[in-house]
Amino acid sequence: MKVLVTVKRVVDYNVNVRVLSDHSAVDLNNVKMSVNPFDEIAIEEAVRLKEAGTAEEVVVVSIGTSACKEQIRTALALGADRGILVESDDVMQPLAIAKLMKVLIEKEQPGLVITGKQAIDDDNSQTGQMIAALAGLSQATFASELVIGDGTATVTREIDGGLETITVKLPAIVTTDLRLNEPRYASLPNIMKAKKKQIDIYTPAELGVEVAPRIKTLKVTPPAERKAGIIVESVEELVDKLRNEAKVIT
Amino acid sequence: MSILVVADHDNETIKAPTLVTVAAAAAIGGDIEVLVAGENCGAAGEAASKIAGVSKVLVADNAVYAHALAENVAALVVELGSNYSHILTATTTSGKNFMPRVAALLDVAQISDISGVVSEDTFERPIYAGNAIATVQSSDSIKVLTVRGTAFDPVAAEGGSASVEVIDIATDTGLTTWDRDEIVKLERPELTAASIIISGGRGMQNGENFALLESVADKLGAAIGASRAAVDAGFVPNDMQVGQTGKIVAPDLYIAVGISGAIQHLAGMKDSKVIVAINKDEDAPIFQVADYGLVADLFKAIPELDSML
Repeated sequence: MKVLVTVKRVVDYNVNVRVLSDHSAVDLNNVKMSVNPFDEIAIEEAVRLKEAGTAEEVVVVSIGTSACKEQIRTALALGADRGILVESDDVMQPLAIAKLMKVLIEKEQPGLVITGKQAIDDDNSQTGQMIAALAGLSQATFASELVIGDGTATVTREIDGGLETITVKLPAIVTTDLRLNEPRYASLPNIMKAKKKQIDIYTPAELGVEVAPRIKTLKVTPPAERKAGIIVESVEELVDKLRNEAKVIT
Repeated sequence: MSILVVADHDNETIKAPTLVTVAAAAAIGGDIEVLVAGENCGAAGEAASKIAGVSKVLVADNAVYAHALAENVAALVVELGSNYSHILTATTTSGKNFMPRVAALLDVAQISDISGVVSEDTFERPIYAGNAIATVQSSDSIKVLTVRGTAFDPVAAEGGSASVEVIDIATDTGLTTWDRDEIVKLERPELTAASIIISGGRGMQNGENFALLESVADKLGAAIGASRAAVDAGFVPNDMQVGQTGKIVAPDLYIAVGISGAIQHLAGMKDSKVIVAINKDEDAPIFQVADYGLVADLFKAIPELDSML
């Protein structure tokens, strides 16, 4: 089985994101960029399937500017075998990405596609589901456990209030939640080896996909500031404030 | 304009986030219809017909909609969807699961987790875990939206008198089968639904000390959360994590205990109405977002708090 994994280049989760003063976007100048944390979990799961002998090949896909090669190399250093970059300087929205992925799925014929459940920049949580819909495949979102069977996968999903277990026909799209696994760190020899691994590059036009954005961002503003609070001197004062001033406890 | 709200329900009752979603639909303006798809979901359909501001309820009662499998629910909504200018559902795990399929199959974009309605095609939504608010405009003919559960005041669950129409469409893609649910019988509310949350950080020192928070939580009817530092240190399981890579919460009261206030934690809780910070380090960044700060040793302060509730 071949496993296709998607990775998105995003602002590192430790960066304190700031809005540009002209309110056009967030400031991405000289900001550390990383693999989206949920995609790291996707890479880890795919690599474990290969180590277990369930998967023969792990192919990692990123869609965006040429800088995304950096995140593809990270995935290759973590154990993916080969990379694909769909290169474009345009804004890439989930629907366009799903259309590109549909074409790549037809090309690559994977048995399984693993994506992060959401990217920590736009927080959309759409792409995996859209890929599944357009490719006509089943989906198992927010996975915390994945067991591959004979032509099927049994997936435990994180849902509001607990867990749900479903069985999906393969090929399927699985999106990762936090508890699926704990991603490893890349070793130096593997980082060196990753430099020699192949990355194929396509453009959206070569794949025959129209990627014009459907949603226009009119402005980006900072969230409402919290007004400065007070320091209380004792637990007694705290309880009094919560009961009588904030009225949030009885 | 005609708006379809896809209800989140348990076949008996309509879940609270759907009332918030109807409120968002009302802010857009137009005729509001509610779809209840499930198995033996007549009672939920009846409940939906009483929601204030709803003109019609569509009930699709069929075994293929049991457990709200994304493939089947999405196929139904797509079949109905071209009659509407807007299709809305709540940003719950169910809504997040099926709605992007609906958007993709209608060849329109989805706008996720809206927190404000500017006009019929322009909406506000948090990005970067709430560290910025984007105002976005859709150019699609049908607007597919999910609605943040904390962003609008819910409409009244009673008082409406919508007509109920039975929909006889059963679409089974046969792609997915449901095996089982393990719904945790919580003695405490769920993190994302709790009105009070008490969270512990690295300052708790170990997992056993979280028992201190449990006692306070039981008295307040609160959920218990944790910072990523506490999860990474192995004190508590990952599903308790509040933060950018964990759960995003906005309770009425959030009590941060022994939490320094790393960016990624603040991103997950700073929309809470009232924030309390208890930390022995007076320079901890958590105090910058707290309404009430108490500089104290948590091992003294928490038992004292416990005794006063």
